[in-house]
Amino acid sequence: MKKTMYEKIWDSHLVVEVPGQAPLLYVDRHLMHEVTSPQAFEGLRLANRKVRNPHSILATMDHCVPTKDRDLPIADPIAKKQIETMANNCQENGLNLYDMKNPNNGVIHIVVPEHGFVHPGMVVVCGDSHTATHGAFGALAFGIGTSEVEHVMVSQTLPQQKSKTMLIQIDGELSKYASAKDIALAITGKIGTAGGTGHVIEYAGDAITALSMEGRMTLCNMAIEAGARAGLVAPDQKTYDYLKGREFTPSGKNWDAALAYWKSLPSDDGAKFDTVVELNASKIEPQVTWGTSPEQVTGVTDIIPAPEDFDDEIKRQACTNALDYMGLKAHTKITDIPVDLIFIGSCTNGRIEDFRIAAEVTKGKKVAQGVTAIAVPGSYHVKQQAEEEGLDKIFIDAGWEWREPGCSMCLAMNGDELTVGQRSASTSNRNFEGRQGKGGRTHLVSPAMAAAAASAGHFVDIRNL
Amino acid sequence: MEPYKKHESIAALLNRSNVDTDQIIPKQFLKKVERSGFGKHLFHDWRFNDDGSENTDFELNKSTFKGAKILVAGDNFGCGSSREHAPWAIADYGFNTIISSSYADIFFNNCFKNSILPIVATKKQLASLMKEISENEGVRFIVDLENQELTTPANNGFTFEIDPFRKENLAKGLDDIGLTLLQTDKIDQYEEKHKQSYPWLWV
Repeated sequence: MKKTMYEKIWDSHLVVEVPGQAPLLYVDRHLMHEVTSPQAFEGLRLANRKVRNPHSILATMDHCVPTKDRDLPIADPIAKKQIETMANNCQENGLNLYDMKNPNNGVIHIVVPEHGFVHPGMVVVCGDSHTATHGAFGALAFGIGTSEVEHVMVSQTLPQQKSKTMLIQIDGELSKYASAKDIALAITGKIGTAGGTGHVIEYAGDAITALSMEGRMTLCNMAIEAGARAGLVAPDQKTYDYLKGREFTPSGKNWDAALAYWKSLPSDDGAKFDTVVELNASKIEPQVTWGTSPEQVTGVTDIIPAPEDFDDEIKRQACTNALDYMGLKAHTKITDIPVDLIFIGSCTNGRIEDFRIAAEVTKGKKVAQGVTAIAVPGSYHVKQQAEEEGLDKIFIDAGWEWREPGCSMCLAMNGDELTVGQRSASTSNRNFEGRQGKGGRTHLVSPAMAAAAASAGHFVDIRNL
Repeated sequence: MEPYKKHESIAALLNRSNVDTDQIIPKQFLKKVERSGFGKHLFHDWRFNDDGSENTDFELNKSTFKGAKILVAGDNFGCGSSREHAPWAIADYGFNTIISSSYADIFFNNCFKNSILPIVATKKQLASLMKEISENEGVRFIVDLENQELTTPANNGFTFEIDPFRKENLAKGLDDIGLTLLQTDKIDQYEEKHKQSYPWLWV
């Protein structure tokens, strides 16, 4: 029988199917951060249970960590306790932790690929919905709740129901400055935030194979914004080249064996998907969200819709609510929306490629008057690489702040946040009400679009720069 | 876990779609290392004014919905992050049942780990329930998990679907981990095979 990549990974990880129970799926890699794990460790202690495979876990601190004055103690006592709890839990259970002072520290979904900890064909989980990022390597990677974090620590398995499969086929060539982020936003705009519910997405087509590994990570990262727990891209030469030589990547004889396995993973020709969606990459403009859901998005040359533009009653109401919250008028041109704060970073767009393109757009320009612009590298390694390339100087000379790594303003848990009514151009993944600070207004964009908005003070079509 | 029992309760109406986990429990409350005490922060940014007083415009602050155990909400409930703090807050506030036409996958799974029954209604069924509540606020519904039945005074009830495994765990209050550990020998066998098939993962 012809199988999709998802079905191949599923079949090879099936531990047991007990009649009347959900199938048990084996988990190869378990990623952790400080926010969704403490209650799971507490559960272990209370039940006197142990971590089954400590080597399968890689942990970092990212959500609550400050992005400046890292030498000072964390000012927020509750965040400080959460960070200390993480350190104690990892030490007690013998887990590999990249703590705040570790040169490998950074956002979990940036750090893990840097060290080659995830390979094609693996099942990967983390108490974080953006675990989907690692699907870029052809791994089945999905977010789980804290009870499941405990479950995996104890048993290395999870009871799972098999998902449906969705093929998103994207052919054609992206225009200059349109990026993986724009593809991700365009997909969410097309199928909606519940479009992928119950599915695992496989992204395929010329436009996907043409993406770098960083771009594929950005794309898979936002599978969850289209409702799918996981996104997948078939591994190819780019995947193997990226992985080769990294700390946890197999070497020597093991490399050959692993490579042979990885090459067997792509979906068989003619394998059936439950749902197929097609997009033409050449028609994808740089995207800007205008509302409070990632599906409320449009191209940069477009205007903000009016509630009456939607046939569906629910979408009409959502549009009314969003315009009210965002302080925007229907039919305003996207390029007429002013911005107060620019954020480049997060597990979506905090990789070296993101800072390279943003620096290219920023070079020789100044941040517009009244605008604050912050660049937050996804990890210390990204930061170091950017500094070796002189990118930090380009940002600093233009008036940007160049920060320490962390999740920062993506979810504003660490004190980096918008104030009431402040409007951001952000390379993160969610524009929900209050996501970047109570009353804050978020527009999701690519790094190039964010950088261009920083200098202009409003959105601009970067293709015209 | 607490076993889920048949009950009659006030059904509260939150007629909004795409309610995300950032609204259910905003990020400033995720720093705690305990599982308990999140109920007072449920829907915080909608529920409270800046000075900490109750926002009287927010649906769930209506006196007619006080003490409700059933939450009726719009499509794609619980979208966004995987934070289990969302169902913890919902359960701690007092809800043990949600009725919507669809849920985000991770949130849906998390409900079952916290004695919450997420009932999936058709859009038409949901619209009827919403109408019944808005015309008669404080109305009480009966949820019968064993027979998979929802009953309402205006006869808008229906039989709902639920995975038999999840139903049994919910009804008996069973711990998933305990059940999985009964399969430890199977996990051991799988792992031995895994070591031979993928030796590079065990270096």
